[in-house]
Amino acid sequence: MATDVLGAPVKRVEDPRFISGKGRYLDDIKLPGMAHLAILRSPYAHANIRSIDTSAAKAAPGVVAVITGADIPYNPLPMAWPAGGASGIQNNVNTPRALATDSVKWTGEGVAAVVAETAAQAVDALELIQVEWEPLPAVTDAEKALADGAPQLHENAPNNRVFDWQVGDRAATDAAFAGAEVVVSQRLVNHRLIPNPMEVRGDIGWYNPGTDEYTIWMSSQTPHIQRLLLAAFVMGVPEQKIRCISPDVGGAFGSKIYCYADMALSLFASRLVGGRPVKWVETRRESFGSTIHGRDHITYVDVAATRQGEVKGLRVRTLANLGGRLSTIGPGIPTTLYGRILSGPYKIPAVHCEVTGVYTNTTFVDAYRGAGRPEATYVVERAMDLVADELGIDPAEVRRRNFLPPDAFPYDNPSGLLTAVNGSKLYIDSGNYEPAMDKALAMAGYADMAARKAEARARGKLLGVGLSTYIEVCGVAPSKWIGAVGEGWGAAMWESSNIKVHLTGKVVVTMGTQPQGQGHETTFAQIVSHELGVPMEDIVVQHSDTQGTPFGYGSYGSRTSNVGTGAAVKAAAKIRDKARRYAAHMLEANVDDIEVEGAEYRVKGSPDKKKTLQEIAFALDLAFDTPPGMEPYLDETAYHDTDNCTFPFGTHIAVVEVDEETGNTELVRYVAVDDVGKKINPMIVDGQLHGGIAQGVGQALWEEAVYDDDGQLLSGSLLDYALPRAEWLPSFELDETVTPSPVNPLGVKGVGEAGCIASTAAVANAVNDALSPLGIRHLDMPFTAQKVWSAIQSAKGGQA
Amino acid sequence: MAELHVALEVNGEHREVDVEPRTLLVTMLREDLELTGTHVGCDTSQCGACTVHVDGRAVKSCTVLAAQADGTSVTTIEGLGQVGSLHPIQQAFWDKHGLQCGFCTPGMIMAAADLVARNPDPSEAEIRHAIAGNICRCTGYHNIVAAVREAAAVMRGAAASA
Ligand code: FES
Ligand code: FES
Repeated sequence: MATDVLGAPVKRVEDPRFISGKGRYLDDIKLPGMAHLAILRSPYAHANIRSIDTSAAKAAPGVVAVITGADIPYNPLPMAWPAGGASGIQNNVNTPRALATDSVKWTGEGVAAVVAETAAQAVDALELIQVEWEPLPAVTDAEKALADGAPQLHENAPNNRVFDWQVGDRAATDAAFAGAEVVVSQRLVNHRLIPNPMEVRGDIGWYNPGTDEYTIWMSSQTPHIQRLLLAAFVMGVPEQKIRCISPDVGGAFGSKIYCYADMALSLFASRLVGGRPVKWVETRRESFGSTIHGRDHITYVDVAATRQGEVKGLRVRTLANLGGRLSTIGPGIPTTLYGRILSGPYKIPAVHCEVTGVYTNTTFVDAYRGAGRPEATYVVERAMDLVADELGIDPAEVRRRNFLPPDAFPYDNPSGLLTAVNGSKLYIDSGNYEPAMDKALAMAGYADMAARKAEARARGKLLGVGLSTYIEVCGVAPSKWIGAVGEGWGAAMWESSNIKVHLTGKVVVTMGTQPQGQGHETTFAQIVSHELGVPMEDIVVQHSDTQGTPFGYGSYGSRTSNVGTGAAVKAAAKIRDKARRYAAHMLEANVDDIEVEGAEYRVKGSPDKKKTLQEIAFALDLAFDTPPGMEPYLDETAYHDTDNCTFPFGTHIAVVEVDEETGNTELVRYVAVDDVGKKINPMIVDGQLHGGIAQGVGQALWEEAVYDDDGQLLSGSLLDYALPRAEWLPSFELDETVTPSPVNPLGVKGVGEAGCIASTAAVANAVNDALSPLGIRHLDMPFTAQKVWSAIQSAKGGQA
Repeated sequence: MAELHVALEVNGEHREVDVEPRTLLVTMLREDLELTGTHVGCDTSQCGACTVHVDGRAVKSCTVLAAQADGTSVTTIEGLGQVGSLHPIQQAFWDKHGLQCGFCTPGMIMAAADLVARNPDPSEAEIRHAIAGNICRCTGYHNIVAAVREAAAVMRGAAASA
């Protein structure tokens, strides 16, 4: 019998190709006759296009075609997640086109394109395109964009408003504040980030005139959705005429979920040049303007509390900067994925949140790792520390006094945060918050912090410790909640899995999900091995091609481990069920007398009357002797729509040292205790946490998208945008508690975003703690040396 | 543009290529020699995804013109080791989960191999310093550091018993 690999730290089956240089990413693909596309991008943040002269470019060496927006008959890109959806909230929608036609709304919006024999020739010819511009005043800050007299981006969006959305119980919240013993208020900036997966995006579009079919290779998290969106919304091509393929994807973190202009453009270009495949790969600098950004909130938070630190009310007003036009699900992120989890793991009786979406002359903003949940966690975790600070109570103690107790689950938020507009409810499925916090406090030596602060101070360092007792929401789902009431994509949110047991007994699993480094080829093989008793080496997991995999909604929002695993477990159950029925036929027994252990199907009470799954598959594939009504072959597909999201949680603790002289901040320790339920592969879980923690730390300490007032992106290359480096980080200290989710058949929850959701707030709380002896109450991220130094100087009354 | 003739050794084989003078070494490796294991992650020499060995030293191949590599010996990830004959660094990246999406991995492995060749017993700080020019967005570097330490130990053991 195969050893049970579920829960084991199995080495990844993906890795041999990646460690030996045999991965196959988008830019590694060369097709016969392939031409290359380059895109001319706007140098202005806001301008009208008066005219475009392409004649010189057309005559340049190697040029096959030059394209402008006027040439392309497609619709603008779709916007699939309006704020509030069916609740009737007005969304003033403007989305990009394959190429801009009349005006540009940010530096980097595409206005013309060249197809040439080589990539270098295409780039050379871009310089010969003459655009006559009419520059317009620009605005990049959400608060300024809403102000009177601000430059207006779109006629259908007065005052640059995209939407006004709200959630929670306003009356109860007002009452909580009216009777509050203590009120704490703060303006919080959750600054803009640029995802920067190490593989940039790209497409190869190929139109076959012989079949009238389109194929696109894309570095995407969502090939099935892109087929749907390109076909039905953008190109007006029947869906069956488009095939989308994601090869190996070199990281994504949300930035590869969307329908991008270049996808439609590369397909249009291929058709235009007679069906030659056309490749476009963005450069890194181009990527800073052509791929989405994340976060960018300005938030005003008020907390009502008792003198004992019990939080009674939370009031949040947020301006969400969504960029110059809307990305595919831009409005959904700062609304549904943000406002609805603002109470975190706490029993806050009254919460109200208002969000205004705002257009500015900046790159569009959409989901970046965590997507709304890091922003919400940042608000509530800073709020807890501000309450602690105000009342002189230890931050861990304030959290302890507000945690939902372990018997509170399933928890129905009393302010209706998790209730959709039609009354459909989600519940926090499970939780047990104190043990995770206590474990983390012990690991970090929290009780000794006062002594360590004193020791550090003697060395000229301000030591700070910060907690983040986060919750995460995994599995953007279920369909009945997120689709039917317009809270989501306006689409279903299930997942799919097909399992085939071939004649040789080897197993092929195809998934509708789409990995970008998470190791799905390993973890789904572990699950199917566990379910069918087949050794992992006899199983292959396939994905990523709309031809040959069942429809799936893709991988983002930590949904694959909740929703995708459900589909794989169900498909395996269907295989077992049919194999059992056929075993009964082969063994001339009653099906109820067949018991299954691993891959063995035995007659109860006569242990040597048995068939293996391999023998059953062989016979069922040959089909020489199938009982009436039974189809040949072991081939089953299952679709899974979860009943609820899963809610992992944990406590992260950051310890920082701020140099009082220079303002430089060093992360010296990082402790994380996470509860992600049962683990399919603990090695992969830890890896997801490590990477997420580093990204969240990156936001707190170094990363920041900076625009000047004219809308030029100053942090527009990897020289200027500081991604975390190995030298700047410590190793991380991880531990766990395990509270299985009742929602998922394996008890798993999901872990793709937890690290990133927790760590930004932990580090921000640590730095603010470090600065508090100087009388600094709150400093916004990122804590660059210059910003911290200036704050120290002003606190000390010096010149800053 | 007149082309330049470049003759060099790549992964132990003699190769000759005609390239435009502006061609970068990484472009020649990927496009002309079809060694796509070496990746391009940026356009400002920040990320290290393109790291190869030139005459035994780690070099970002996007910072070198193909013409400058004339007469040198270049090793790419494909030449470092293949499945069945993996270099200890490659093996340790696999064993220790030192990669997720795999995009930074070839460059990261080439940088680490250079470090361990020069310093058989690097400390955590030395490892972090040596790979500071290689960006990984997935792993938070934790398991990369663990992998390099493991590989160095394996290689010391092999050297001691040789
Ligand atoms: S490609 Fe980024 S350093 Fe060479
Ligand atoms: S493994 Fe993805 S960038 Fe390093």
